[in-house]
Amino acid sequence: MSDDEQETDGRPDHPTPLRGTDEGVPPRPEGKRPSVAGDIGALATGLKTTLGEFFSPAVTLEYPEDKSPRSERYRGRHYLRRYENGLERCIGCELCAAACPVGCILVIAAENTDENRVSPGERYAKTYEINMLRCIFCGYCEDACPVQAIVLGPEYELSDTSREKFIYTKEKLLEPLPPDVQARLSASQHPHPDPPRERGGTTRT
Amino acid sequence: MSGIYNDPVGHWVVVVVAMALLLFVVLTATAYTVWFERVALGHIQRRPGPNRVGPYGLMQLAADGIKLAFKESFVPAKTERLLFVVAPCIAVAAAFLSWAVIPIGLWYNVTYWIADVNIGVLLIFAFSSLNVYAIFIGGYASNNKYSLLGGVRSAAQLISYEMSLGLALVPTFMIVGSLRLRDIVGYTVTWGPYHGPLPLILLTPIGFVIYIIAAVAETNRAPFDLPEAEQELIGGFLTEYSGLKFVMYYLAEYVNMITVSALAALLFFGGWYLWFVPPVLAFLLKVVLLLFLYIWLRGTFPRLRYDMLMRLGWKVLLPLAIVNVVVTGVILVATQG
Repeated sequence: MSDDEQETDGRPDHPTPLRGTDEGVPPRPEGKRPSVAGDIGALATGLKTTLGEFFSPAVTLEYPEDKSPRSERYRGRHYLRRYENGLERCIGCELCAAACPVGCILVIAAENTDENRVSPGERYAKTYEINMLRCIFCGYCEDACPVQAIVLGPEYELSDTSREKFIYTKEKLLEPLPPDVQARLSASQHPHPDPPRERGGTTRT
Repeated sequence: MSGIYNDPVGHWVVVVVAMALLLFVVLTATAYTVWFERVALGHIQRRPGPNRVGPYGLMQLAADGIKLAFKESFVPAKTERLLFVVAPCIAVAAAFLSWAVIPIGLWYNVTYWIADVNIGVLLIFAFSSLNVYAIFIGGYASNNKYSLLGGVRSAAQLISYEMSLGLALVPTFMIVGSLRLRDIVGYTVTWGPYHGPLPLILLTPIGFVIYIIAAVAETNRAPFDLPEAEQELIGGFLTEYSGLKFVMYYLAEYVNMITVSALAALLFFGGWYLWFVPPVLAFLLKVVLLLFLYIWLRGTFPRLRYDMLMRLGWKVLLPLAIVNVVVTGVILVATQG
């Protein structure tokens, strides 16, 4: 209470008046009297706490060996899918390239012939390249694709040593999907084409 | 063995080989103390600590050492060049000198020490107080406000705590009646049916507590690491140091840490005597446990503010140490006449 009375002497109020031998020492909690035993007890409590932590297991995820789980719908690197009979799904329609907000997809289509049948439709993608340095992993290409040819897989460790290596060509994109992603996609299979996977927020009308 | 000692040339050969061996052992121990500290501190903070280089990260120090050794030997402009280079050398020399008189063990009549001096503890105090010159000269020579502040703080801190450190051990000397470390370790009592070595902490527990607090302050370790205080003084006297000169300060700090731990083991825990454990291993075990205490304190307590540090040193530890000496003296006179 005496602190309140001293506020009126014209100087700016300071929450802890800096004077006396205990200057700057934080006030004790209400009802606690200063005692050496209490202070030593406080130190002991601190030591006990840290010793308890010492014997607890570390919470660190040791990254290159252990990885945190990815969501099922995580959008990592792209894959081009094939049908079960080995034909490529991509029909070279370029809707993915049109949907891409950063224009990182290049599709050059060519006609399928009876001698050289690459995909079931009229045309196939002769060239299919994605510039992974530009890609923002929005997944619009996957949404736009009418035949579910392009999907985004779970891999996110895409660093490499030169810019050229970030242009993913068709050969690289046609690598088989990881088995668990493959299983998930075939579980949601529809006669033709596959129904679009649920993806809240990214589907445009 | 004694034949070699009596021959003047053989004596020197033995001494030089022993010194080289001790240097190697202390350097290796220092490296692994750093590793131990980083891992233990890591576990206190629920993380694994260094574990990438070699098994359990045991080669981490080799990697760090190579990296630091190959850094440019840089001396900033407008520094006192000579003092700037000499200061870390003083730190290392002072740190290693103490090991000349620290006995490691007595095993099958083989003595594991360089010199058995009758004023061993006094010598160690003398050497360890040289450390203040290293820190103060380093801080002064850096021509940097922060370094100078770190150096000044260090000088005041070391002078304040050295008195408590010395006085904390006086009861031990009064009880044993010798400053020779070997005599203090070999202190035996005959209490009824028990006759054998006695860890002196049972007789001077307050002395031990004062010693540990003062020793932590004396080696500039957390929570008394005000001279280097990263947050306030951006490293204090270490600010301008890099490469091998930094390594020398770092090395000295850890050697000093091991020295005061070893001294505590010798003075309070019966040195190399421990039940059935082989002598040198027993000594090692005690030193490691005391080092863990150091790290534990560092992982628990925040740094003291400067005025709190001074108040603890002058108003608490020093009077307590003096009272401890007086009370021990009174009890000794009362029991032994």
